[in-house]
Amino acid sequence: MEVGLNNTHKFLSKIATNDGHGENSPYFDGWKAYDTNPYHPETNPSGVIQMGLAENQLCFDLVHEWLLNHPEASVCTPQGGFDFKEIALFQDYHGLPEFRAAIANFMSRVRGSRVKFDPNRIVMSGGATGAHETLAFCLANRGEGFLVPTPYYPGFDRDLKWRTGVELIPVVCESSNNFKVTIEALEDAYEKAKESNIKVKGLLITNPSNPLGTFFDKETLKTLVRFINEKNIHLVCDEIYAGTVTNGSEFVSIAEILEEVPTICDHSLIHIVYSLSKDMGFPGFRVGIIYSYNDTVVNISRKMSSFGLVSTQTQHMIASMLSQNDFVDNFIQESRTRLAHRHDMFTRELAEVGIGSLESNAGLFFWMDLRRFLKEPTFESEMTFWRIIINEIKLNVSPGSSFHCNEPGWFRVCFANMDDATVMVAIERIKSFVLETRMLEIKTKALAKAKKQCWQNNLTLKLSSRRLEDIMSPHSPLNSPMLRAQN
Amino acid sequence: MLSSKVTCNSHGQDSSYFLGWEEYEKNPYDEVKNPNGIIQMGLAENQLSFDLLESWLENNPQPAAFKDHNNQSIFKELALFQDYHGLPAFKNALVKFMSEIRGNTVSFDTNNLVLTAGATSANETLMFCLANPGDAFLIPTPYYPGFDRDLKWRTGAEIVPIHCSSLNGFRITKSALEEAYKQAEKQNLKVKGVLVTNPSNPLGTSLSLHELDLLVNFISSKNIHLISDEIYSGTVFSYPCFTSIMEVLKNRNLMNTEIAKRVHIVYSLSKDLGLPGFRIGAIYSNDELVVSAATKMSSFGLISSQTQHLLSEILSDKKFTKSYLLENRRRLKERHEMLVKGLQKTGIRCLQSNAGLFCWVDMRHLLSSNTFEGEMELWKKIVYEVGLNISPGSSCHCSEPGWFRVCFANMSEETLILAMQRVQSFVDCMAKKSMQSRHQQLLQRNSRRSKSLPKWVFELSFNQREITADER
Repeated sequence: MEVGLNNTHKFLSKIATNDGHGENSPYFDGWKAYDTNPYHPETNPSGVIQMGLAENQLCFDLVHEWLLNHPEASVCTPQGGFDFKEIALFQDYHGLPEFRAAIANFMSRVRGSRVKFDPNRIVMSGGATGAHETLAFCLANRGEGFLVPTPYYPGFDRDLKWRTGVELIPVVCESSNNFKVTIEALEDAYEKAKESNIKVKGLLITNPSNPLGTFFDKETLKTLVRFINEKNIHLVCDEIYAGTVTNGSEFVSIAEILEEVPTICDHSLIHIVYSLSKDMGFPGFRVGIIYSYNDTVVNISRKMSSFGLVSTQTQHMIASMLSQNDFVDNFIQESRTRLAHRHDMFTRELAEVGIGSLESNAGLFFWMDLRRFLKEPTFESEMTFWRIIINEIKLNVSPGSSFHCNEPGWFRVCFANMDDATVMVAIERIKSFVLETRMLEIKTKALAKAKKQCWQNNLTLKLSSRRLEDIMSPHSPLNSPMLRAQN
Repeated sequence: MLSSKVTCNSHGQDSSYFLGWEEYEKNPYDEVKNPNGIIQMGLAENQLSFDLLESWLENNPQPAAFKDHNNQSIFKELALFQDYHGLPAFKNALVKFMSEIRGNTVSFDTNNLVLTAGATSANETLMFCLANPGDAFLIPTPYYPGFDRDLKWRTGAEIVPIHCSSLNGFRITKSALEEAYKQAEKQNLKVKGVLVTNPSNPLGTSLSLHELDLLVNFISSKNIHLISDEIYSGTVFSYPCFTSIMEVLKNRNLMNTEIAKRVHIVYSLSKDLGLPGFRIGAIYSNDELVVSAATKMSSFGLISSQTQHLLSEILSDKKFTKSYLLENRRRLKERHEMLVKGLQKTGIRCLQSNAGLFCWVDMRHLLSSNTFEGEMELWKKIVYEVGLNISPGSSCHCSEPGWFRVCFANMSEETLILAMQRVQSFVDCMAKKSMQSRHQQLLQRNSRRSKSLPKWVFELSFNQREITADER
């Protein structure tokens, strides 16, 4: 069997047979657990609830209503039918002009119309996944590297490295300052790359951040821009969560920095990745965008987009939908409101049982602080606890280690990919677990006391406290109020 | 500052294949608005059967409106569906359609099918799976110019041509295969496989049983892969019937062998159904490792779920697919005949073909010199003076100058007739010029008696005049 496998491996490429696809990481194990036992309120109420998938399911009713009122958005309906042939034949990698215009318009409105985007710089890609890989192909050669602040989206290991041969160098961020990116951390990472003989070609940031759910303030952004400009390296800003910023906060796009301070850097170093997967909740439609301020990159990435163009059937529908400003503005507003509501509900409920998370105002998830539940501050303990969360609490959440977090005990928990009823079930499960754990601790203490007293009487007591010992460190103050991380 | 992939020209867009497109775009023919513009005959599109699709859509409005059979909205489910295994209903329908095209002589397993954003993505993905940077694939010439980009650009793989000659109708021979393999070895390139397009682009011919057997024997003896790009399989409109590589494996009882694991098919709906904009491609492989790796790679270019749903409904309608395939073939055959006969009248011959959306046209006799410079000179005349964008054989890596790919399925009948008229005028004009020039030469010769040319030159030019007269 082994010989056979080795032989087969010989026939295939290294890329096909290595694990650069990243799917052997624990990030995907949780998915597998969910896939084999998915929660359903009626058919499988004790199944695993999926909280590892950063999807936005809160506003489909709005889109649905729009579609009902606009049958012409589909080229294949009687109302849109006269376009069918032209659309079906159109494979120009520039994309439908109306599609590019609609995307530029949407991107602008998501940013409160504080900036404008040029439709001629819009390049299509196979989702943000395709966009990242294409940019890596354009900006770096095999063996060269990108700096990426940790914790970061696990998919980057595949998207930026797998087929391109590009390296990722972590810029380590720490909980002590709420995982902010510091100049020291950047310089440190840059030096480390140099020491490893890796030529750094750029810095990749996700803003708002996945998994943190926070966004960069203006000053930090400017610091980053000055850093890359000084080093003459690229800055790739993944703004895929731009529209998920909750009400009351205003996200600052890199585009705004360039507009506010045009001389801050060489614009040809700046590139934005965008997608409709998170803001609109359309991951299935594969609408990825590269927006580059570098003419050559626009040109070449456009040629590369042949490998992942957006279906014109989808381009046409999106063009219709996103060119209607009433709908767009209402959608953005309503989506942010609903996300804020969901975010607040979770935060409140979990605070009741002393579970906190990094203070956040964006994204479709929390960065939950579960360090005190670890037996030891190690990644092994994190994994152990994670398996308990999946197998006993029956929630699929994502362990921080899969995001390359340098401190164990942090978990990303998604909250926008389920209905209200499921949210309550998830919250109940968490609360039950925390209370059970508390009860168990009290019992254990009482029993330990009783055991001591009975020792002389030769009574043996059986206690199932293994689980408690597995997850509880003697130092975890269950009874004290959780200190929430300050932003 | 940017990568070497950006600064090289492996995207291939400096080739004449694309330059012709650019010229067309500057001055496109329109019956009403620009009747003297350039007619696009360089685009292998199938525009002949849209009415059939449109009528199906009219009678079946639900799929496009995100509805299922019970008229329930499935918009949310589709919008969220990003599973790279693909929509099961679509894969089921697609494998059945692929089987139907092959006369149900072979069946396909959905577990071996990987969906990709077009054949462009499928070919690149297969290359990433089968070849390391610097490894080579052998490809018979002439071949689709896009392969230079799709197979080499980002993968770092190399292409080594298998030279095919007009002497035997550009058929693949054992010696050509061996010669190509040797060439690769000389260049220190490790050969990982052979890639063929069947039916062939640009030839428009389907591979013979003999060629298919040769290929299987060759890859078996060399322990390498075979990729069969069968994107035109549904366009076979006349004898001989299309034989897929899968059928050959089946007939030779090789289906569950190691050899079968190294045979992979690429497919797409861009040509058979005329839907290049929808980006529907697929890889079919008997090797589960390839399927597994390619499936993960397909994340970089998935098919929009909206499109998967629509096509799953269309292709599941067996009554429709049956009548579509028949009618489409009939129309292609008719159009093909029109082009062949039209060119024949002007004295231009085509390679005998039974498939595809184009003809492989022999214009060697119109070359001023039997060179690729001569071919470029002729091509420029055809684009700028005749007003037809056709593809010169050199852009398809043909080893002999003078051949051109001319598409016939991407325009109306009237436009094709006009194109033929333009060709006729051009050929007439060229013949006239040629006669005048020879007449001039004769006069000059006669007036320079003291410096007379050798007799044999005189005889040759006289003979040439006669040939020209016959070809008209």
